[in-house]
Amino acid sequence: MVRKDTKFQVADHIIMIIMSFLVLFPLALLIMSSMSAEADIIKYGYSLIPKNFDLSAYKYIFAEGSVFRSYMITIIVTLVGTLASIIITTMFAYTLTVPELPGKSFLSFFVLFTMLFSGGLVPSYMMWTQMFHIKNKIWALLIPNLLCSSFHIMICRSYFQNNIPKEVLESARMDGESEFGIFFKIVLPLSLPILATIGFMKALMYWNDWTNSLYYITDKNLVGIQALLNNMLTNAQYLAQSMDASSVATDSASIPSLSLRLAIAVVGMLPMIILYPFFQKYYMKGLTVGAVKG
Amino acid sequence: MTTAAPAKTAPSKKKKGNSTLAKRLKRCWPFYIMALPAIIYFVINNYIPMSGLILAFEHYTVSGGIFGSEKVGLQNFKFLFTSADSWIMIRNTLLYNLAFIVLGTVIAILTAYFLHELKSNMSRKVYQTVILFPGLLSVIIVSYLANALLAGDTGFINMHILRPLGLESVSFYSEKKWWPFILVFVHFWQMTGTNCILYLANMSAIDPGLYEASSLDGASRWDQLINITVPCLIPTIITMTILQVGKIFNSDFGLFYQVPMNSGAILDVTQTIDTYVYRGLMNTANMGMSAAACFYQSVVGFVLVMITNAITRKISRENAMF
Repeated sequence: MVRKDTKFQVADHIIMIIMSFLVLFPLALLIMSSMSAEADIIKYGYSLIPKNFDLSAYKYIFAEGSVFRSYMITIIVTLVGTLASIIITTMFAYTLTVPELPGKSFLSFFVLFTMLFSGGLVPSYMMWTQMFHIKNKIWALLIPNLLCSSFHIMICRSYFQNNIPKEVLESARMDGESEFGIFFKIVLPLSLPILATIGFMKALMYWNDWTNSLYYITDKNLVGIQALLNNMLTNAQYLAQSMDASSVATDSASIPSLSLRLAIAVVGMLPMIILYPFFQKYYMKGLTVGAVKG
Repeated sequence: MTTAAPAKTAPSKKKKGNSTLAKRLKRCWPFYIMALPAIIYFVINNYIPMSGLILAFEHYTVSGGIFGSEKVGLQNFKFLFTSADSWIMIRNTLLYNLAFIVLGTVIAILTAYFLHELKSNMSRKVYQTVILFPGLLSVIIVSYLANALLAGDTGFINMHILRPLGLESVSFYSEKKWWPFILVFVHFWQMTGTNCILYLANMSAIDPGLYEASSLDGASRWDQLINITVPCLIPTIITMTILQVGKIFNSDFGLFYQVPMNSGAILDVTQTIDTYVYRGLMNTANMGMSAAACFYQSVVGFVLVMITNAITRKISRENAMF
């Protein structure tokens, strides 16, 4: 019996190692290729072992203004969007836990219905561009589809319901604390785990979003890092075309366009790789409560 | 549920009921202010576009706008469904989603099982961290990774596998036959870690006594998987399947648009409703058909959610979503 289980454990490890290898291989390929010389990639293809170790693509990122600008745009949009989103989402979720609130079930339905039915891309696109004139504005990266989702409201609501003791709220009310004071001084500090969960999920959404940029942004000064990568993948000369000749001394022919875009891709993954270990626990929590009912 | 409360008060106490409602409203005003930003957001982001579905019945002109353009009845739908595009995109959307649902459930459960059965907590954590990671990547990064493997002149598969073997290189981005496999593989590469978490959590919640009892009876691992683990997961499987069936007319736009690098030669196997709608939207001549496809997707999707939910309610009430 024990011997049999050892066999199973060995097989299990082998399966998991194969799966992990499948996951890590393309990532390693990308990272290692970004550190090899441009000419080698063109001649020998993407490779795990760089023939000539060369970090010039990374140096180029820092030297070139437009990459840095895209990176800053994404960072700012992610920070502002995540913060705004957390506040709006938790405030709404909290009101759904107030037992005596008139109209509470209507509000629940109001949110749930957005999960069931949507207008889709065409009406949304027409509305944002024709009614709100959002094209080529920074708001286009912050607001459409990203700011507040019913799914996050649901998981916050169930957290508040199960983890905030009613007695604490009542005694604060007795002490004359205002409802806003109660929410910001008592409810939110007691909810740090769920804030970490939706905060990380939101940050991920903002960091990885490229569709809003695809739909609404044509101004080259407003593209975030993902959209920049997208443009570079479909048009190898994108960066050479988009930068102003005065900002860089070198001529466009010497730009390592292939390894440069790989380097940008690596830098584009970096913040999530760094944050992931700290937030993994909360992120996984968010995925498991995902099946909560509406 | 609680809004019914004022109505429930007996008629004789109506006056009192009203005053308590007024009192409650007075006491609750800060909550309405807290709810307001999200309410405004949902009205704009979700509810106004719902009314914009009327675009499907219009010949859109810039001067007419969303609500004032000429009404053309079902003309857009007629054009859409008589074109060859509609059959291809609906077929692709449905078949890919079917593969994602059926294979996805099996792969997610097996992955969760192999993770769960590992004796060493440490290595389980390591494997899980690795397998979950691709879920954090944007589709753009994923298409870079796919490109590193598939590119015709520099890709790993061509340069380091096919060429050393003396085989002819494949130009993946123009050959249709590979893409159903590539897209399904990429989808699972990215989503398996995310999808198995829920099953893993549910497996940990199964009473270990069940396994102990059955191994005393001489049950093999396979017997236990089939007769204990899977049956215990059925509620989760049902819930996840309903959620996915409700979205069967939706597709991951990035996966189908970006990973094939918007290549026209392979459109027959990569076009889904979402990519069609986007391509039509960017090309005003196709706007009406795009709006019609969008309408079809929204309405049929909604009907499907309602039907699957109603069926689930019939079979087992506690698994229904609402």
